[in-house]
Amino acid sequence: MTITEQRGSSAIDADRLKEDFPILKRTSHGKRLVYLDSANTSQKPRAVIDTITEYYERHNANLYRAVYELAEEATAMFEGARTTLATFVGAPDPNAIVFTRGTTESINLVANAWGRRFLREGDEILFSELEHHSNIVPWQLVADATGAVTRMIPLEDDGTLDAARIEGMFTDRTKVLAISGQSNVLGTLPPIKRLAASAHAAGAIVVVDGAQLVPHNPVDVANLDVDFLTISGHKMLGPTASGGLYGRPELLDAMGPFLGGGEMIMEVYPDHSTYKAPPHKFEAGTMNIAEEIGLATAIEYLEGIGMDNVRSHERELTGYAVDALESIGATVYGPKDLEQRGGAVSFWYKDVHPHDLAQVLDQEGVCVRPGHHCAQVLMRRLGVPATTRASFYVYNTLEDVDALIAAVEKAGAFFGA
Amino acid sequence: MALDELYKEVILDHYKNPRNKREIPDAPLRCSKNNPLCGDEITVFVNEDDGTIADVSFVGQGCSISQSSASMMTESVAGKTRDEVEERIGAFRGMMAGEVEADEDAFGELVALKGVVKYPVRVKCAVLAWDTLQAALAEDGEAAGSVPH
Repeated sequence: MTITEQRGSSAIDADRLKEDFPILKRTSHGKRLVYLDSANTSQKPRAVIDTITEYYERHNANLYRAVYELAEEATAMFEGARTTLATFVGAPDPNAIVFTRGTTESINLVANAWGRRFLREGDEILFSELEHHSNIVPWQLVADATGAVTRMIPLEDDGTLDAARIEGMFTDRTKVLAISGQSNVLGTLPPIKRLAASAHAAGAIVVVDGAQLVPHNPVDVANLDVDFLTISGHKMLGPTASGGLYGRPELLDAMGPFLGGGEMIMEVYPDHSTYKAPPHKFEAGTMNIAEEIGLATAIEYLEGIGMDNVRSHERELTGYAVDALESIGATVYGPKDLEQRGGAVSFWYKDVHPHDLAQVLDQEGVCVRPGHHCAQVLMRRLGVPATTRASFYVYNTLEDVDALIAAVEKAGAFFGA
Repeated sequence: MALDELYKEVILDHYKNPRNKREIPDAPLRCSKNNPLCGDEITVFVNEDDGTIADVSFVGQGCSISQSSASMMTESVAGKTRDEVEERIGAFRGMMAGEVEADEDAFGELVALKGVVKYPVRVKCAVLAWDTLQAALAEDGEAAGSVPH
């Protein structure tokens, strides 16, 4: 590829990729749609939409037990999606992947099915100050149920998590380290591999909230050596309610079931039941079949780009956006070192409240997220009630960042900031 | 919809120059509420004198809609009786629900907030101060329990 005066990144031709996303062709309030809220949910390429349509038009049936051709096709596609997802995150065995509705369900699955069986009174669950509510509340609930206690790892002033400080917090009662792989607010990339090793040395399991990590970075669970990794499909070009959980096979074996019901059982008697082996032990009831098959197509699309290129592209957009925002007087939160952060850029612009700012941006066709981003604990640490967050993905360009900056300045002028 | 239909000049004025934004240290009636959606926070203070609102004020932080609504509310209810205030709270909620046509004579400057109706997410910002005022009045034992939510 020749480097011309293109305004895209050198890693991805995002202008060309935009063509694959039908929704990006529409306008909003008469303006070009500038979608900068992919940390919230991503847009879907034509290939994913087509996969879902084709599934319902040609293959729809419930899984496993029906003996007709449609059901065999649907089952093969669904189990094929499991293999695709396993390979994508480096899982050694497709059966280490449990399909779930996404990250929230996955963390609740671990907290309940592992936590209620193995946590004892006084055991410690560590989570960090930058966690999303979905990596805090399930642990509080299981702590209440078991007598375990939660302890919070403080955020450093530069928006990072310090591995040495975390290691100093481990005790012989620490049983769980629940930690984000990439912050949805600050983009922070904690040192997961090192923390996994030291948590294991301390006798704890490591649960990584991969909601933002997996869509935006190459991930290899075998190399990271984590015990659980949660995966959100809708944040990585897949359908809503697609996603899953990677679990270390021996832990999945040792855990109890999560939801009880059809398809997760071997035999049911009036007084007891026996359960299937993982992953089916954790997949009660009819699954999101079309969605998980659509997710497999999304993964194939991302693999076609290459996750190293995704990461490089977003690093370039992030650096450009952080510099541009600071140059117009915005306060940008989170690590300054682009090696330590991903493409979620939270900021505060002069004295314009994020909700007012986002309202003006909306009128300019620019979609961002104002609010606490399901991270109230982190907002208190930052000392703000809310931030405005712009977040990037493969289809974003430097022009999108320029549109953001122009709209932010317009909002500033409107509110007299 | 143009921005200046949502952000009327009077809204921006109350946002930048809020009226009655102060604590009443010994106010017998007070209440704090927040809107977890966007982090708006409001505390309302009320001093009653013989069944009327002798003094009403607020402190807080948040977006222009929540803060201007609080500011305009304090001017709108000062000197009113409890019944009149309850009626005004109900009427304001009705306007924000799009059920009551805003009457400029009755609402005064508050009419400026009717543009918020088209933005359902922001309606919560606009009514926060009013919910807080109603809860503050309910701090009084007699009214407690009779307040609709």
